[in-house]
Amino acid sequence: MNNKAKLMQGNEACVEGALAAGMQFYAGYPITPSTEIAEISALKLPKIGGKFIQMEDEISSMAAIIGASLAGKKSMTATSGPGFSLKQENIGYAAITEVPCVIVNVQRGGPSTGLPTSPSQGDVMQARWGTHGDHPVIALTPASVKETFDLTVKAFNYAEKYRTPVMLILDEVIGHLREKVETPNKDEAEIIDRVKPTCDPKDYNPYEVEDGDIVPRMASFGDGYRYHVTGLVHDKTGFPSNDSTIAENLVNRLMNKIGDNIDDISNFEEYVLDDADIAIIAYGSTARSAKSAIQSAREQGIKVGLFRPVTIWPFLDKQIRHLTNKIKKVIVVEMNLGQYVLEVERVANKDCEVFRYGRVNGRLITPDEILEKIKGDVLCLANC
Amino acid sequence: MPSKLLDKYFRMDKLPHIWCPGCGHGIIMKAIVDAIDKMGLEKDKVCIVSGIGCSSRAPGYMDFNTLHTTHGRALAFATGIKMANPELHVIVVTGDGDSAAIGGNHLIHASRRNIDITTIIFNNNIYGMTGGQYSPTTPTGEKGTTAPYGNIDKDFDLCKLSKAAGATYVGRATAYHAKMIKDLTIKGIQNKGFSIIESLSVCPTYYGRKNKKGDSPDMMKTLKNNTVNIKAVDKLDKNKLENKIIIGELYSSKEDEYTESYQKIIDSMQEGR
Amino acid sequence: MKSQTELRLSGSGGQGLILAGIILAEAAILDGKNSIQTQSYGPEARGGASKAEVIISDSEINYPKVKDCDVLLCLTQKSCDEYLDSLKKDGILIIDKNINKPNRDDINIYHVPIVERAKNDIGISMVANIVALGAISKITKIVSEDMLKEAILKRVPPGTEEINEKAYNYGLNIL
Repeated sequence: MNNKAKLMQGNEACVEGALAAGMQFYAGYPITPSTEIAEISALKLPKIGGKFIQMEDEISSMAAIIGASLAGKKSMTATSGPGFSLKQENIGYAAITEVPCVIVNVQRGGPSTGLPTSPSQGDVMQARWGTHGDHPVIALTPASVKETFDLTVKAFNYAEKYRTPVMLILDEVIGHLREKVETPNKDEAEIIDRVKPTCDPKDYNPYEVEDGDIVPRMASFGDGYRYHVTGLVHDKTGFPSNDSTIAENLVNRLMNKIGDNIDDISNFEEYVLDDADIAIIAYGSTARSAKSAIQSAREQGIKVGLFRPVTIWPFLDKQIRHLTNKIKKVIVVEMNLGQYVLEVERVANKDCEVFRYGRVNGRLITPDEILEKIKGDVLCLANC
Repeated sequence: MPSKLLDKYFRMDKLPHIWCPGCGHGIIMKAIVDAIDKMGLEKDKVCIVSGIGCSSRAPGYMDFNTLHTTHGRALAFATGIKMANPELHVIVVTGDGDSAAIGGNHLIHASRRNIDITTIIFNNNIYGMTGGQYSPTTPTGEKGTTAPYGNIDKDFDLCKLSKAAGATYVGRATAYHAKMIKDLTIKGIQNKGFSIIESLSVCPTYYGRKNKKGDSPDMMKTLKNNTVNIKAVDKLDKNKLENKIIIGELYSSKEDEYTESYQKIIDSMQEGR
Repeated sequence: MKSQTELRLSGSGGQGLILAGIILAEAAILDGKNSIQTQSYGPEARGGASKAEVIISDSEINYPKVKDCDVLLCLTQKSCDEYLDSLKKDGILIIDKNINKPNRDDINIYHVPIVERAKNDIGISMVANIVALGAISKITKIVSEDMLKEAILKRVPPGTEEINEKAYNYGLNIL
């Protein structure tokens, strides 16, 4: 099949990306605005010998994908705000048991049932801290339909490589947007699979990292490596332990497998930053508004550039520090009342002024709103 | 004989177990292993899944593919495993709080789907691990630490519930009737569909003490005296059945199994090519 | 011709406007252009306000929503009342005959019998969206007639191709 341009919806591109990455199992529960991901998965999975199940709720959907992954199948679920809340306990389970899986959250307005059909970026902090306890998180945020495809592939790859749940954080605009996409040929995308043990089953320690490996090797249930998996703190054999050293080492190892490989996980885009006096930091659909605003600003002689985090978790400490060393005014634009900006403020150079612009009206922030904010508060061209 | 079974099926280095002296759970766990042994199942093809609670610690001692999940969710994890690899014999071990309260929704939906999972409920009528709170199977009027004046909730009949929801094999036995647990478990595993074996256990530490039920042998005697085998029900006077618990094979039927039905969809797609 | 054209198709839920938007965006891609389609909708599957937006461009499209509306289609009075002000000066307004002709002399107004054609001449009011596409194509020339026809036939439910082609032709000849 040739690379052919076609009109594709964000949610559809997510499924296409998942299939390209090797998804074999999907479990989910209907929720706006993510439902198309379930519908298209239900349609396509059996055609490739994969399986779809509509579970009785969001909690069981999360549980089922972990179970399927333990049995060797690459798995995904998708949801939106309320469902994302319900999945959190089992996301933590996947984190501590190191079971690869992908969770898609097509963000809508909250809190609670909120604005089911409208976009939001209100789940940024929940993606990081939604489940209890210290745990690693990888969260990716696409700004286009094509990027949704690419990042879904990447989400699966990270999940397999680092044995951790990976979140793909969309928003309603990107999930429902239809635009031109050229999907790559099947063999073009790089696909990573979990590393399986090769040792004698009786020597297998399911939570021991072999020299040169990033994570423990993962056998599938039924492979002949009988082992125990628990959400309790466990030692290298997989069995529960109350030993304080083992507990601390485990949680540190979970965090470090991400922290030590942060360059591999850090994805971002820089747009006309070289000569910029002001940088907008924006992600997801909001970054598109920012780009339009930047074009208008530059027509008016205001030198603005964009830093677009694609990986929102782990936080891009190094890149944001570098950016704020260079540029003395940054403005974080997001469809919430200040979430990502808190992290920007944490790492920004003290000489850099950090502004914020957030809306929670259920509408995509417009280029005009951003431009107005820049001219007003940031540049003090009026009323300052 | 028992020691041979222990060596073959248990993770000896993980024993002794954490259960209290007099707890009925060890008997039920052993009965499950007896069933697996009798059937000659390959250990690598058996997957035992549990939730949270006293009973849910059992898989840790059993030398199979074992998964100790989150509270109430064992059946949901098990559903994913069975879908992903239908060759595995998936057995869920769960408690009354785990399966009937926090996991009640998964119990009825796994029953409804008739997915080939065998569920053994270790029913001790109490939350043991958290120290004796009343559960959905604590009889009305009895006490728990959170029902100090007596439980006003009605208790669940888990067998009737599962049957009504669509389970195709339903049985009940007790820790006193260990061989019956084994026999029902064998038939449950053989059933191509959702099977549930409610195994009444005893918790002398919390339930027994709180409700003045005596020590473990007393409670075992109660299990013996308060139960009637379903085969004997017709022969007994109605008044003799009052307040008795019926045990044995309560229901068995044949319905389409979930993963087989899904496989048919997959197969039809391949034919269509 | 300017490089970016922004269209808004509005009416009530169930009129097929989102599908019409998808078809229009797809036709633009078939024409070798860039396009983007977004929508907004309420909780109702039928009735309620419905709006599809399409941007067609020769270059990259950033902000995906309509900002300066070049073409506005309204199939209900309510949608016309709501969106009329968003249509820019010299913009094109295509409204159904059942809607009162608005009082704006800085725009080009096409007052055409879309719903009537679908309901009375074709006999299925559901194809009003396809009639509207024909009208849009004829009036705006934003996409080629052939590619639009191809996109329609690709997206409509199997078995309804003939009736939709008929609807499209009615639209093309609506003036």
